[in-house]
Order: sequence, then structure tokens, then C-alpha cells
Amino acid sequence: MTIFDIMGPTMVGPSSSHTAGAVRIGLITRRLLGSQPIGAELTLHGSFAATGSGHGTDRALIAGLLGMEPDDPRIPQSYELAEEENLTFRFCNGVLKDAHPNSVQIRAMDRDFKRITVVAASLGGGRIKVTSIDGLPAVFSAEKNTLIIRHQDRVGQVAVIVDLLSACNVNIASMQLFRTARGGEAILIIESDDPIAPAAVEIIRQRDGFERVIYLETGGAE
Amino acid sequence: MFNSVDTMIQVALREEKPLWRVILEDDLKDRGKTEKSSRAKMLMLWQAMGAAERDYDPSRRSPSGLVGGEGAKMTGDGVGLCSPFLRDIISTALKMGECNACMRRIVAAPTAGSCGVLPAVLLPIQRKFGFDDDRMTQALYVAAGFGQVIAARASIAGAEGGCQAEVGAASGMAAAAIVALLDGSPHQMAHACAMALSNVLGLACDPVAGLVEVPCIKRNVMGATNALACAEMALSGLESQIPCDEVIDAMGAVGASLPAALRETGEGGLAATPTGRRVAEFMRGR
Repeated sequence: MTIFDIMGPTMVGPSSSHTAGAVRIGLITRRLLGSQPIGAELTLHGSFAATGSGHGTDRALIAGLLGMEPDDPRIPQSYELAEEENLTFRFCNGVLKDAHPNSVQIRAMDRDFKRITVVAASLGGGRIKVTSIDGLPAVFSAEKNTLIIRHQDRVGQVAVIVDLLSACNVNIASMQLFRTARGGEAILIIESDDPIAPAAVEIIRQRDGFERVIYLETGGAE
Repeated sequence: MFNSVDTMIQVALREEKPLWRVILEDDLKDRGKTEKSSRAKMLMLWQAMGAAERDYDPSRRSPSGLVGGEGAKMTGDGVGLCSPFLRDIISTALKMGECNACMRRIVAAPTAGSCGVLPAVLLPIQRKFGFDDDRMTQALYVAAGFGQVIAARASIAGAEGGCQAEVGAASGMAAAAIVALLDGSPHQMAHACAMALSNVLGLACDPVAGLVEVPCIKRNVMGATNALACAEMALSGLESQIPCDEVIDAMGAVGASLPAALRETGEGGLAATPTGRRVAEFMRGR
């Protein structure tokens, strides 16, 4: 915790958890999709469902999907802007399994029918936590540089990535690996202190067996 | 980072530096940034507080329709009970809280719900004494330093510690900042913060319909005027009989013993009154 977690952020009100955090969840979902979404289905859970509309949680999530940051004054008008940008969306309330009280599931799709399903929670103070991607557990805060790799479970896949990052002088801060079954679908989440060079991300994308590689660069921005 | 007010003060006395500089230098060490970038960031927050006040429009209403336009009613002379300066403080706190409720841009300090307290004392003080932005930024470092200790030893989340953790914390931070602006000593800043926190121990977080509107906005007025009174006492030589760190620990203990109904669940206090429940029902129907 730094003094700027106490003082700030500059944000559109009324709630750092229900508004600012919701914008960030929408924004991170957009960045995970990697393009402008044209359709989104959002399931609000817990306190997001109960008091979301009075806190503008719904408008905040859509604002994030449109690429806005938590201090963007256009957040209250996000529904109108969504129409201008051809984003159609639908909200429903539901129960997400084992979810934090301030959680949402977003299913988003872009114009090329690329899809992603993200579950994330707003933890308070504008901080968030992604908890799953496409139904696979994926826990990260999106505060550090984050590399997300979907691949087939087989010997040596992780070693390839780790070797490459080490060759690029990237220090790994945390690493999670999950697979559905032996030889099945796997997901690897790496958080790093240093940014990963675009060329290195491209090399991973080109390699056989890595189906989807997403890289979120967040470190060092000020 | 500092987790004790006493340590923070000892460093300032030992190194013969103003308290704001000690807090600034600690931040640079924490985040590995330059002084220029840290100060630019703090200045930006200060300017955003001023911008939020200028952005106020009394015709706006919150999503529930419960609040709006109240800050404007407090401008002008009134009936002569409060000085123009005190009315300015009350009005600024209301304006900030209303801006927040109406989805305008504010600065969380330390939270969105308590965003009115610091600007409500700092902006009128700048108007009254003519301090430059640089000096105001120094006061924000002092406020943040005290806030950091409160967050570390107690809490700054209403869901964890009740309203004492939000408006209360902001009030303690603001009291210390005012003392800093008026050239009080670090010990006086600590006494001001300790007195302000002592006055709000146990304050419930009971937002009607779970919204950051009632009673949050007017609680910001209380946080600001409490800060002013405690700063005035400290600058006049009054002391808190309980040291600041111990008051903060007590605040943490009180927060932990508050029932869940009084910790931002919208189920106790004013939220549980017949009128509070009717508003909640109305919002659910929307």
C-alpha cells in the first residue's frame, strides 16, 4: 500500500468498489478480448446485483468495455455511447459459484466473433481481481504485467515460456498453472515485474501448441 | 511505509525535516519514483479537488433522487450563526459529496464516500490564507501519511470498520493537514488527528439503500467541522490524552467489534428505519 492508495484515485463517483472497480473490470475484459466488443452479456452477482444500479455499476461496466478509465467523465453516458459504437449488451442478475460479493461475469464478443468469458470481482478502493477466463481458473489483479497463455497440457510447455522470459531478462513475480485433465486444456498465468517485449510475446504466439496468448501491460504507467 | 505516527514524527525530528518531506521521501523509497513525479501526482490530485468543486451544479440529482442542490443552499451569508468561512466549509463538503453521488469526477480521499472532508477544509483555507498550490500539496502529503498509518493499524473501508473508517479517517487526516498548513508542530498534527478520531469512534456505516448518499454526504460536513475544531484545539496547545497510535488501535478494535449491520451492508442504523427501507424498496423496483 502506498500513500496514493490513500490519496486518490481521481474517479467518477459514487463508489470506488461499485463504480471505479466496475469500470476497471469492463476495461480489463476489453483488453483481454483484445478488440472492441460488439456484444456483451453481463451477469451481476451479490452486492453488484443488489445495489448496482444506484451506484451506476451497470453504466460503469459498459464504460469500461468501451475503453474508458475510472476517471472518464463520460461514464454516466456510457449507454448512449455504446449505441454510437454499435455495442449491444444485456444485463441479468444471477448467482456465480463461490464468487466474491462484488462479482460479475462478462461474456464479450468482437466483430470477428472472437469471444471471451471473464469473471471478476471488485475488492474495494478500485482494486479488482479477475477470477476466471473462459471457465478456467485465472486469478490476477491486472496491476502487474500479466501474460495469459492457453495451451494443450504436455511436457515442456511451461519450460519453453520460462526460458524465453529469462532470455529476455524478465523477472517472474508469480505463476499459476491449471489444466482440465492430463493432456487437456491448460492455462498459464504469469505476472512479471518488467514489461515483456512485444517481439517475445509474438514468438510465443507463433509457437505450436499455444492457442491463445494475451498480454496485459500495466506496470510503470504514471 | 509508516505504520506508526510516533515513528513518523521521530524521523522528522531526528532528520530535522518537515513532516510532509519525511512522508514524501518514504513514498519515493516505496515506489522507486522521482520526487518530481510524486509531487506532480499529488499536485494533480489537489487540482482535481478544485476542479470537482467548480464542476458542481445544483440542478443535478442523484440516481435515487434523494440528494442534490443542498450545497448551493449553504452558499451566501445565512442567518449569522456560522462565520462565512465555516459556511464555506459546510457548503464545500456538501458539494463534493453531491458531485460524488451524481457520478461526477472526485478524488477518493481516502474513499469516494468521504471525498468531501479534505477539500472542504483545504479549499476554504486556501481562499482565506492565500497559500499557493505547492503548500497545499505539502498538506496532502501530511494527510496521506496519517491516512497510511490509519489504514495499516485500523481500516479505511466502511465495510470493515464502519463510517469511522471513512469519514472518521478523513477527518483525522484533515485535522493533521490543517495544523501543517498553519505551521503547527508534528506533535500538534498528531494531537489534532488523535482528537478528531477520538470524536468519531464507533460511527456506524448505515447507507440508506446501500447508496453513498444518506447519511454519507452530511457526515462529510461533520468530518470537516470536526477536523477544524480539533486543529484549532491542537494549535491552541490542547493535547489528546491518549496518544495518536493508541487511538488508531482503538479505532481498529472498535471497528472489528461493530456488528455487520453497521458496516456498509445497508441493513442497520438509518438504512433500517421505515423510511430507509422504503427507499431501498423503491430502488429495487427500478
